[in-house]
Amino acid sequence: MEGMPILSLITFLPVLGMVIILLLPSRNEAGIKYTALGITLLQVILAVMMLSGFNYNLPGVTDESTFQFVEKFRWIEIQEVSWLGTVKVDYFLGVDGISMPMVLLTAIVSLIAVISSWKIPKAIKGFFALFLLLDTGMMGVFVALDLFLFYIFWELMLLPMYFLIGIWGGPRKEYAAIKFFIYTLLGSVFILLVMIGLYFSATETLADGSKVFTFNIIELANQANYNSDGILSPFNPQNWRYIAYIALFVGFAIKIPMFPFHTWLPDAHVEAPTPISVILAGVLLKMGTYGILRIAFPVFPEVTRELMWYIALFGMINIIYGAFVALSQKDFKKLIAYSSVSHMGYVLLGMASLTSTGINGAILQMFNHGTITAMLFLIVGVIYDRAHTRGIDDFGGLATKLPVYTGFVTVAFFAAIGLPGLSGFVSEALVFVGAFSVESIRVVTVISTLGILLGAAYMLWTLQRIFFGKFNEKWEGLTDIDSREMAMFIPLTIIIIFLGVYPSAMIDIMNTSVSALAEFMNSAGNNLLGGM
Amino acid sequence: MSHPDIINISIAILFLPLLGFVSVIFLSKKISKMYIVETVILGLTLALSIYIGFQKLFVLKGEEIVFAFNWLDYDNLTIELGIKIDNLTVIMLFVVNLISFLVHVYSIEYMRGDKRYNRYFAYLGLFTFSMLGIVLTHNLLMMYIFWELVGLSSYLLIGFWFEKDSAANAGKKAFLVNRVGDIGMFLGILILFTTYGTFTFDTIFAQIGEGIMPFGSFEWLGIAGFLVFLGAVGKSAQFPLHVWLPDAMEGPTPVSALIHAATMVAAGVYLIVRIFGLLTADALLYIAIIGAVTSFVAATIAVTQNDIKKVLAYSTVSQLGYMVMSLGIGAYAFAFFHLVTHAFFKASLFLGSGSVIHSMHHEQDIRFMGGLKDKMPITFWTFVISTAALCGIPFTSGFLSKDGILAGAFAFGNLTGHWIIPVLGFAVAFLTAFYMSRLVILTFFGKPRDQHKYDHAHENPKLMTVPLMVLATLSIFVWFSFNPFDSSSGAFLGEWVKTPTQAFAEGSYEYSQTGMQTVHEELTPQLFEEEIHHAHYPAMFLSLGLTGIAVFLAFMIYYREKISADNLESRFKGIHTFSLNKWYIDELYHATAIKGTMVLSRMLFWFDKYIIDGIVNGSAYVTRFVSYLSKLFDTFVVDGLVNFSAFITGFFGASLRRVQTGKVQTYIVYVVFSIIIILVLI
Repeated sequence: MEGMPILSLITFLPVLGMVIILLLPSRNEAGIKYTALGITLLQVILAVMMLSGFNYNLPGVTDESTFQFVEKFRWIEIQEVSWLGTVKVDYFLGVDGISMPMVLLTAIVSLIAVISSWKIPKAIKGFFALFLLLDTGMMGVFVALDLFLFYIFWELMLLPMYFLIGIWGGPRKEYAAIKFFIYTLLGSVFILLVMIGLYFSATETLADGSKVFTFNIIELANQANYNSDGILSPFNPQNWRYIAYIALFVGFAIKIPMFPFHTWLPDAHVEAPTPISVILAGVLLKMGTYGILRIAFPVFPEVTRELMWYIALFGMINIIYGAFVALSQKDFKKLIAYSSVSHMGYVLLGMASLTSTGINGAILQMFNHGTITAMLFLIVGVIYDRAHTRGIDDFGGLATKLPVYTGFVTVAFFAAIGLPGLSGFVSEALVFVGAFSVESIRVVTVISTLGILLGAAYMLWTLQRIFFGKFNEKWEGLTDIDSREMAMFIPLTIIIIFLGVYPSAMIDIMNTSVSALAEFMNSAGNNLLGGM
Repeated sequence: MSHPDIINISIAILFLPLLGFVSVIFLSKKISKMYIVETVILGLTLALSIYIGFQKLFVLKGEEIVFAFNWLDYDNLTIELGIKIDNLTVIMLFVVNLISFLVHVYSIEYMRGDKRYNRYFAYLGLFTFSMLGIVLTHNLLMMYIFWELVGLSSYLLIGFWFEKDSAANAGKKAFLVNRVGDIGMFLGILILFTTYGTFTFDTIFAQIGEGIMPFGSFEWLGIAGFLVFLGAVGKSAQFPLHVWLPDAMEGPTPVSALIHAATMVAAGVYLIVRIFGLLTADALLYIAIIGAVTSFVAATIAVTQNDIKKVLAYSTVSQLGYMVMSLGIGAYAFAFFHLVTHAFFKASLFLGSGSVIHSMHHEQDIRFMGGLKDKMPITFWTFVISTAALCGIPFTSGFLSKDGILAGAFAFGNLTGHWIIPVLGFAVAFLTAFYMSRLVILTFFGKPRDQHKYDHAHENPKLMTVPLMVLATLSIFVWFSFNPFDSSSGAFLGEWVKTPTQAFAEGSYEYSQTGMQTVHEELTPQLFEEEIHHAHYPAMFLSLGLTGIAVFLAFMIYYREKISADNLESRFKGIHTFSLNKWYIDELYHATAIKGTMVLSRMLFWFDKYIIDGIVNGSAYVTRFVSYLSKLFDTFVVDGLVNFSAFITGFFGASLRRVQTGKVQTYIVYVVFSIIIILVLI
């Protein structure tokens, strides 16, 4: 494994798959499907290989030398561009304890999503080709350490997503797709602006001692690299760091999605086909919170510190507001979509605490929400495939007819409710413990605990309306889940239970990095706040 | 016997029922008799818990055995899970396993023919596992974990017959109402963890002993303790969160015996017992008041209910109120004592009612029963013995424990002037005797009121009656004290269960005392102990007197019918309806909390759809409108200007064309005229 460019492999393997699929004739449906399956399976294997070679004691975060599986070389270099000096962009990949769980999550969810795509009704070739392209974009976002490269992956994922919703979606697919596209693009513009601002504010020192402007995320987090007059330099008294931070944050917040930028999500989910919903909720939403942790936090530690109360507040609003809105949904899928809004609020709340407990909780919640929500959307998909409706009130008493399915539903629902023994509990509890320990956001945290109750309320009510009560004879013909569907539910169920009982398995991966991040936020934030 | 053995056995006791659950769930498709496996497992855990109970109580005695391991360990945070085995633990292990085992045996007959027969036993196993976790834990986190698992398993059991909407509703209600209390508990745990950096009870107590307070204030310790207690308000069905328990009777009756009489609801009381060391005097006073009010409210409701299980449900709420009140006033040992005695006789009563219901073709309304005593002698006699225990008739276990609680209440009132607590306590004693006598008379005495069902009634097979007999036997005084009038001479209170004076002496007592001085004069544990001793006989005679009057009244009204129940009902119409409708508490919650939540939810959804998304779509429209405008601008203004200038050019070109004659003479004339004009103008 030594010397193998494993990150490039895991990232670009899907592109290879896409090429193969494009070369296959479109009537060779089995070939296309199995190619996609093989590629994503290989991706999972690579991710597990990475995990086995992953050193739990290296922090990464703001220390370039302790990133792992690093691949770095000059990608674009233009010498002496008039007043800019040398323009260079690195091809720079690497992982640490913050991105490692996300790589695992992406690989797992992608594989499950391929399995759930087995019965896509039309244009299979196009679907899987775009799907694999999307996969590359997602993976790239989590492993890129150069802002420019990060941005390219970020945008790369947008286009296939647009078509996947817009072509294979439901009745209002065009609306949903364009809404998703434009909304995210709007966020990207903010990110791009900040990126350019940062570029002109900081330099890195090359091996030969010369200084060049940089997109390197790790160098950008080092205040010593900032020049005195850059627009985003902390040493410039007229700097725009607050505005830039808010712009960057909004750019990422759209993806999370954070209130009030969340309304694209229910539409996108309702219209998207099941596997795309799974990807969307399972992985895409995490890119927002990951971006905040990877870029916004370390690059702007002092602004983060100043604004942490607001981040926590928006976390609280997400939790409570999402739960309340979920409570009155009549469409099963929309309900799950709003529950995502609520559950992503915990991630925000945990991050805002800036404590290692809270951030560990937040990242764990990202992973857990990824698996749990993926399962919830698969559940919706299973019933929609059979009944062609998602109206919660159209069902009733299905538990008698579909006992195995109901069993999985119960596990997933209670995981979402945060039942101890299942993974959701641990991350929510850590978020609360971390957030509660910080005095300034304590009240916000206390109010957020209402989410525990509301979450149980909408989930159990849904469970009752669909599965309990008198059996609705209309669904006499429904069949219980088949082995393919079992193949998507069983791995997720195992992960959910395993991490509920033994959360250390995941916490140990991320902890060294998270403590380094928390420590950095504390010291760097203090330095900058004290220095001004 | 060494400690590691005890620990290993305890862990086995904990996980065996889980193993049962898992194996039944996965194997029952192939093996139809999996329920036997589950029952045998429970028999095994019962045997094991008797064994370690014996070792602990008679061999190791006062020693405490702790086993802990790090569940999460990172950075500055270590989260420890573990078990602690003391006398309380082994007594509870025995109670839970015994009742669970008896319920398993009973259910083999009771649930026969149910289409999810095996699954029912699986759920019982899951429930037992969760409950044992609560019993064994030595820390708050594990308490919370198993607390929620109890919530899950009770949800599954209450809603077992989920085809019935009422059952599905009841399960959901139980879970949600419990969650309300759990939020309080969770916040309390957060405060404690933030302060003490640990979830372990003993470590927390030790730090309290050193004078470390949450947020540096004594009041906050009280608040934290009270918040944790809110978990018990939910689980032990205390007012105002008691509403789930009566509804939970939708579950199969053996389930009610297991979880709504002996175990789950007792978990709340057990929690208070475990956190007793961090409850301040203020917190305890509120706890006592909540307990007393609960006990009274529930008793008044039980008087008018007609469903045999509902009467027992409210009676359970009422008795749990007793225990909580008892803990609040500091009569710690009596509370735990009552928890144990109540577990036996109330489980017996529930199983007895199940026996009646089973033989009456699922009739639960006592107005259609009557005269069953000859048809079902075993059920009748065990029911009567348990009722006597519940009413506190001498020679029963209930007499001993209830007497202790009432003496404690009496002493408390005497010492502190909070007379409301003993007054409510004795009122409940009266009401209890009355409604239980009414229940027994209407069910077993008199003439059958539904001849058809009566004709069908029969005594149930041994699988059902033997558990009844075991439990009724355990409701007799001898197990707890050889002196039927003084419980302190028995091993249970004399040796095994002691008010944790150690926690008092070393730590919280110092603080409790300061609190107590402000709240209730100079109340020290010693003084209280002494006062209880003095109050013993007055309290006993008072309660016996009240019980006697109540039984007599019930006898006159319902048996001899000297006093017409209907007359009483119409005379006290208002009170009767109020009680029959359970103080309208459910209606109140419906109109406020539930309705409020739903209305708010719909309002927010509207807001989301039309305002937030409206802004999004609006800005899209605005963008499109602007682009339309710019298109217009483009067409008519920008393009228009271009075209206009072309037009102007063309126009002038056309008109000027005439000027251009092409003749040199004409041009000379123009030039000359021009020069003249210019000169003139200058």
